[in-house]
Amino acid sequence: MDADITLTVDGERRALTVDTRVTLLDALRDRLGVTSPKKGCDHGQCGTCTVLLDGRRATTCLAFAVAHDGAEITTSAGLGAGDGGVGAEPAHPLHRAFLEHDGFQCGYCTPGQICSAAGMLAEAEAGWPSAVTPDVAERPALDEAEIRERMSGNLCRCGAYPGIVAAILGVAEGRRT
Amino acid sequence: MTGLLRPSAVGRSPVRVDGPAKVTGRAPYAYEQPVREPAYVHPVQATIARGRVTAIHTGAALALDGVLTVLTPENAPHLERGIDPELEILQSPDVAFRGQLVGAVVAETPEVARQAAGLVRIEYERAEHDCVFSADRTDLYRPEVVNPSLPTDTSDGDVGTALRDAERTVVATYTTAMTHNNPMEPHTTVAVWDDDGLTLYDSTQGVHAMRESVAPVLGLDPGVVRVVAPYVGGGFGSKGTAHAHLVLAALAAKRTAGRPVKLALTRQQMFSLVGYRTPTVQRVGLGADPDGRLTALSVDVVEQTARIKEFAEQTGVPARKVYAAPNRRTTHRLAALDVPVPSWMRAPGECPGMFGPEVAMDELAQACDIDPVELRIRNEPETDPETGLPFSSRDLVGCLREGADRFGWRRRDPRPRARLEDGWWVGTGVASSTYPVHASPGTTATVRISPDGRYEVLIGAVDIGTGAWTALTQIAADALGVPAEDVHLHIGDTDLPEAPVAGGSSGTTNWGSAIVAAARSFREKYGPDAGPGDEHTASTAENPFAQRYAMRAFGAQFAEVRVHADTGEIRVPRLLGVFAAGRIVNPRTARSQLTGGMTMGLSMALHEESVFDDRFGFVVNHDLAEYHIATCADVRSVEAYWRDEHDPYVNPMGTKGIGEIGIVGTAAAIANAAHHATGARVRDLPMTPDKFCE
Ligand code: FES
Ligand code: FES
Repeated sequence: MDADITLTVDGERRALTVDTRVTLLDALRDRLGVTSPKKGCDHGQCGTCTVLLDGRRATTCLAFAVAHDGAEITTSAGLGAGDGGVGAEPAHPLHRAFLEHDGFQCGYCTPGQICSAAGMLAEAEAGWPSAVTPDVAERPALDEAEIRERMSGNLCRCGAYPGIVAAILGVAEGRRT
Repeated sequence: MTGLLRPSAVGRSPVRVDGPAKVTGRAPYAYEQPVREPAYVHPVQATIARGRVTAIHTGAALALDGVLTVLTPENAPHLERGIDPELEILQSPDVAFRGQLVGAVVAETPEVARQAAGLVRIEYERAEHDCVFSADRTDLYRPEVVNPSLPTDTSDGDVGTALRDAERTVVATYTTAMTHNNPMEPHTTVAVWDDDGLTLYDSTQGVHAMRESVAPVLGLDPGVVRVVAPYVGGGFGSKGTAHAHLVLAALAAKRTAGRPVKLALTRQQMFSLVGYRTPTVQRVGLGADPDGRLTALSVDVVEQTARIKEFAEQTGVPARKVYAAPNRRTTHRLAALDVPVPSWMRAPGECPGMFGPEVAMDELAQACDIDPVELRIRNEPETDPETGLPFSSRDLVGCLREGADRFGWRRRDPRPRARLEDGWWVGTGVASSTYPVHASPGTTATVRISPDGRYEVLIGAVDIGTGAWTALTQIAADALGVPAEDVHLHIGDTDLPEAPVAGGSSGTTNWGSAIVAAARSFREKYGPDAGPGDEHTASTAENPFAQRYAMRAFGAQFAEVRVHADTGEIRVPRLLGVFAAGRIVNPRTARSQLTGGMTMGLSMALHEESVFDDRFGFVVNHDLAEYHIATCADVRSVEAYWRDEHDPYVNPMGTKGIGEIGIVGTAAAIANAAHHATGARVRDLPMTPDKFCE
């Protein structure tokens, strides 16, 4: 069965017809040619397909495209690009921090890590606790332990975690000051 | 060789050349290569471990809207036989392991291909299979050589007598688990077979290597096969050799006659189709005098291979190289089983082979009441214990000493089970690390000046995340005597000069040497005032020092471990490694390689185990929810340092390779730290909590 949907991807409105079995990830990659989100497992187990879906981080391999008609999607390519759409250069502080701290090697998990980090920073700013937050009534302070916990849905087989944590911590601290 | 390269760009830490494209997700990996109107391939895998296909019913699949074709052993295009049994797919009804390819659907969309693959009904005649790995099997055999072509067994002196006479002995059995490489990017091939030949956009560690493997099987002249891989999402060995899906993609493309096909293996399919590390059983014997000086050292290894194709991991090899002992023995025996084909996984041989012996060294230190760092220093050999050749450079002792200083080893209370903090037993441990220097003479590179006046450097290298894009640019800049910004590198394509795989930690060595050779002869030919259109190609020669020196990198791994007193939960708050690996080209990316290797070592120590159900012949935990790899929360402080090592013999850059040494010894250091923490000696990986609760 097919369905007509529209998605706004990195600021651009796109109309498409999808088989209702098509995941949001495959809709992006195979139908729209948006390949910033990657497929590492197709089962919600690795985080490489993470985007910001209506502002919150989501694994697109676990979402059916048809269930997200009208959604706004931001991939790492569109992150920080503002209304002007996708720019040519890395535009977001997280991009620059990942480059500086070498928070990746092969780069396959990286767009997902960066979208996840962007979503996670917003969650922490909104006061959401994590499993390691000592007092869930308090505003969580984003230290290394919090970042590690909150980023554990994004696997990195290259083992770039120390750089990933340092990069995100730098951006988090930059926001606080 | 005309001396070591004068470093200028080399030794600096520019950010990755490919970094901006990777952080935004713009770098096109294999699946993302632009091709027009691709069809999609979904494999069909055998559901028995041994036997033959007697009937294959494709009617329901073919009736599905959007199905283009179903490939089966009955209708698949012909392949050349007798070259590589792993690659000879769909040529006979025989099934040699569960998960083997027995068919494939090609369809308009991935969803239809997958649905149709599920509709293909296969009847089998089952044969009795045998997938039981055990060191007690009576049919273990001695392979002719071990990977890549090393002696299977070695023996010096009389280990039996020396062990019997030794005043201190450790004789114990250690095991490592079956593990899967699991690069984050699943193995993927996009194939186009048209009038110009066959083009494979592949997720691979070596474009030329894939072409060499696949062209003869397809009966093609290598000249008409092009393999392209500009960006690769990790490999760790599994993308270093051609696997069956590569041939399947080519066969599907042959059928679609000009229309491109995309084949991305699922994570689950990868557990039977793209290699893995064999489980190992290591019987280790150490004999020493009361001062800890080794008199005997033996490592007897048992591991598995596939009945369909042999792979003999060289697990006993590092024990031939690290410590001096007058009486020594290493052996390898294999169980040939009806299982998927094992292959390379990060530091084959060295990685598992530095687990048993390095834990045994810790046990010996305890038996001799000697500090484990000191024990290792006391057994430092003057020359390569196996060949008697001098080492081109060797600084294991420096690594151990510097590591001990940085780690704070001196403050350590040597008694096990002496520190309990908030309900956690805390301990520290050490292990040595080593990895050989590999070189492939005949690696070729081209240097030329483009019409706009830039230096172009061309080589069929591949960056699987190692930083080759960046490091080779730096090497080229220094070899040409120009700023790195003036160098434009081209890699990842068989249309470029021939180069070997990103494997054996030899990428920078081989590719860098070829670039230096090409740049030096370019300068000789054209002088400093070369202009647009000038071009020169050169290859690496045999290293004249290779026969005169033993060449290896060394390192020391330190770990802090906490084990929960009640639950046995084990955590690794700190890893610290010091490596002597020759010159470091780019400290920023080098650190990532070393700490990434150490992290994978942590993962091996604590989490990784492919749980094999030998009744049915498959890995039960065949996805990333159940095959655990270290996550962000598992990894805390991981520090890597390196010695300033100048080795004039290895190659013109003075590099030894750093892609694998980081994983070597890590698990042993963690196991030794866990023993120091708890007093429990765990000799079997992975160190799951239950092993501390016995
Ligand atoms: S691909 Fe979506 S979580 Fe792995
Ligand atoms: S950078 Fe390779 S998987 Fe994370």
